[in-house]
Amino acid sequence: MFIKKFLSSAVIFSSLSVSSFAAYADQVNIYSFRQPFLIEPIMEKFTAETGIKVNILFAKNGLIERVKREGKLSPADLVLTSDFSRLMMLNDDHLTQAVDSKILNENIPSQYRDPKQHWFALTTRVRNIYSSAERVGPAADITYQDLASPEFKGKVCMRAGKHPYNVSLLASVIAHEGKADAKTWLEGLKANLARKPQGNDRAQVKAIKDGLCDYALGNSYYLGKMLADPQQLSWAEAVNINFPNQATTGSHVNVSGVVLTKYAPNKASAVKLMEYLSGEAAQKMYAEVNYEYPVNAKVAPSKLVASWGEFKADSIALADIAKQHQTAMKLLDEVKFDL
Amino acid sequence: MISRVNLYKLLPWAVTCLLIAPILALILSAFQIDDSGSFQHLIDTVLWDYSLNTLLMILGVITLSFIFALPVAWFVACCEFPGRSILQWALMLPLALPPYIVAIVYTDLLDFSGPVQHFLRALMGWQQSSDYYFPDIRTISGAIIVLSLSLFPYLYLLLRGAFLGQSGGLFQAARTLGLSPTRAFFRVSLPLSRTAMAVGLSLIAMETLGDFATVHYFAVSTLTTAVYNTWLELGSLTTAAKISSLMLLVLVILISLENYSRRRQKLYQRSGATHTELRFVLRGWRKWGVLTFSWGLLFFAFILPLAVLFYYASIYFSQSLNLSLWKYTLNSVWLAMIVASLALLIALIVNFYQRLSPGVLAKATIRLSSLGYALPGTVVAIAVLIPLSSLDLWFNRQLIEYGYSRVGLLFSGTLFVLVAGYLVRFSAIAVGSIDSSLAQVSPSLDSASRTLGQSAAQTIRRVNLPLISKGMLSAFILVFIEAMKELPTALLLRPFNFETLATYAYQFVSDEMIEYAALPALLIVLMGLVPFIVVSRLMEKAS
Repeated sequence: MFIKKFLSSAVIFSSLSVSSFAAYADQVNIYSFRQPFLIEPIMEKFTAETGIKVNILFAKNGLIERVKREGKLSPADLVLTSDFSRLMMLNDDHLTQAVDSKILNENIPSQYRDPKQHWFALTTRVRNIYSSAERVGPAADITYQDLASPEFKGKVCMRAGKHPYNVSLLASVIAHEGKADAKTWLEGLKANLARKPQGNDRAQVKAIKDGLCDYALGNSYYLGKMLADPQQLSWAEAVNINFPNQATTGSHVNVSGVVLTKYAPNKASAVKLMEYLSGEAAQKMYAEVNYEYPVNAKVAPSKLVASWGEFKADSIALADIAKQHQTAMKLLDEVKFDL
Repeated sequence: MISRVNLYKLLPWAVTCLLIAPILALILSAFQIDDSGSFQHLIDTVLWDYSLNTLLMILGVITLSFIFALPVAWFVACCEFPGRSILQWALMLPLALPPYIVAIVYTDLLDFSGPVQHFLRALMGWQQSSDYYFPDIRTISGAIIVLSLSLFPYLYLLLRGAFLGQSGGLFQAARTLGLSPTRAFFRVSLPLSRTAMAVGLSLIAMETLGDFATVHYFAVSTLTTAVYNTWLELGSLTTAAKISSLMLLVLVILISLENYSRRRQKLYQRSGATHTELRFVLRGWRKWGVLTFSWGLLFFAFILPLAVLFYYASIYFSQSLNLSLWKYTLNSVWLAMIVASLALLIALIVNFYQRLSPGVLAKATIRLSSLGYALPGTVVAIAVLIPLSSLDLWFNRQLIEYGYSRVGLLFSGTLFVLVAGYLVRFSAIAVGSIDSSLAQVSPSLDSASRTLGQSAAQTIRRVNLPLISKGMLSAFILVFIEAMKELPTALLLRPFNFETLATYAYQFVSDEMIEYAALPALLIVLMGLVPFIVVSRLMEKAS
């Protein structure tokens, strides 16, 4: 009797509480590793066109753990990630479900989606090498391997090795060359650093401008953003952007992507949003606003990004890189890269 | 039926159990999962470097905070010099600045591409880094200095309170017996403030141990880094929990040792002239020395970082002004008020339990209720999710069994979990400051009150509470400010569409756009200042 009374009052209470999530047909809940200001314009457009409300919860860490703990009751429909390893973690922890959508299959080339349809990439980003415009000039035939050769001693800057973008690059080197060679490369790279790994991708460009180093690793879209900011324009103009490994394996490419969660309460709307994100309107916004490379072949990169030229991307399967993720993390410990 | 006598014993334990349940749940659930050799890998590679860094950070930060806080607390409490009344509250201001923001400001200012080195290069005609020497800011020393600048006010606040509460007569007696002012300070005043010192330093040590954001900006890897890497990147909860448990163990040992070392010490103040009436008037070089030190400290800990934030905010004002900022400010403020009130309540319950029935058990409740403060925010957040999401799953199963439809995540998906996470993290601050102010109230007052026929409850209400009102106020304010600044717990535990100023600022900080984060960061500081101003007004009225 008491339990029943308690339960019914709880039901009334929860129906009054704003934050409880009944499964409305007209909303989608997203756990996002990507910053809201990057994706909100796209979501607003989606809501305007479909009437489906989008709720976003952003964090850099721990969202996967949260989905896992919430289990069947998780309000999350989609998880958006900014790199590939997180897509694979969601997949490996069985937190996702397959989406069989003709639209997704048409919009996204097959190398950018899971054969079993559990994850989908939305944009790609290149791990570029920046070179000093003043002291080096364009370095069209530079490779990641060059950064570890003795003539680059004291000339290289980069952010922490444990940052997901660098871990992913290292994992791709392991996938291509094996663990032993990758370790030699990593040790050579560490020996060439002008300073201990630190700062973010923009800080590396700044360091080149100030003459601390001549080369730096960085993602392509940061250069686009710096060129668009009047205060940072002069940093960006101090560097040339280069696509590494053009004569060999091709430049390392990472992806941002999306999964549908296993217990998504608003599945139909969520799939609609996934399709929208891969469609031309959204892909164009990714390209123009964030300077990313759209996965949809019908959408061209922004003018600025296109002006950097065509390039050969590493054709190795993303899943093969993801398999080396743990080994890469451990290798970074072994050579004490960030210490 | 539970009798009233039992209730007052049950309540503190219930509170303590609720606060440590998440941490226990984390440790237990961690050891159920098979470890993939990650821990051995860490031992073989970087564990010792990380441990050493953590140890150096803690020792460095508590030493430097002590060097910062002790002189200013003494000057402000016991000396008279121009501007003393401003300094006494202004020195608390650095608490309102989130340490991760201070870290970004200083690394930006002082690294190779920063304005300071730019200026020096332009001035001296240096071309490259090999032409001159400039200390590298992104080192463990840099992290220690910046974290100490952010954390010393805890110790300052508690020490000043202790010095003010001390009878000035004792100091004067020591002087009459032939001690110099310096020796009288070291042999009388300092030992008398041992409790405040211990509480302050252990708060600082815990905050340092749990810090992730600040050391991250300084490119220093500590045990917290290992917890993040193994758990969130390698997916090994077991290893992460093992490291966390180790961290807690070291902390418990350190605090118990400190407690043991002053087990025979019992200090209470009786009536008599306080330092307020016997302030030592400073003149000549002493006055200038004190002024330089105090204002210099305030400049680097507060004024300079604030000025940099103002500069960024003014340049990017139009881009960062956002109508929703008002809503986020309100969210931050009322959340912080709820958390501060509840933390104060918890602190009173736990501390009065210790006062009414002193002993090992009571001590244990105090120590245990404070553990959450030493863990990194993201770890606490996930730890809180474990029991609450299980509760939700159970509750929904019950609902369905009794014929209702499920309600979803009533506990772990609402603000409930957010408040719980904050309390696990910040109760330590309130418990500590109440502990230290209650320690100065002599139990003979309690005995007198009881002898005069007052009940225990009446004694608390009519004797103890009025005497520790200042301590209660500072406990409330400290938790309020911490809650305003808190980032990782808020980020991970908040419901959809709920932003605080800190989470809003973070989306820009995490995309390398500190300039856009400056305005919300300034709002965090301003909102943190409001209670300071209220308190300083109250203090003026009182004196």
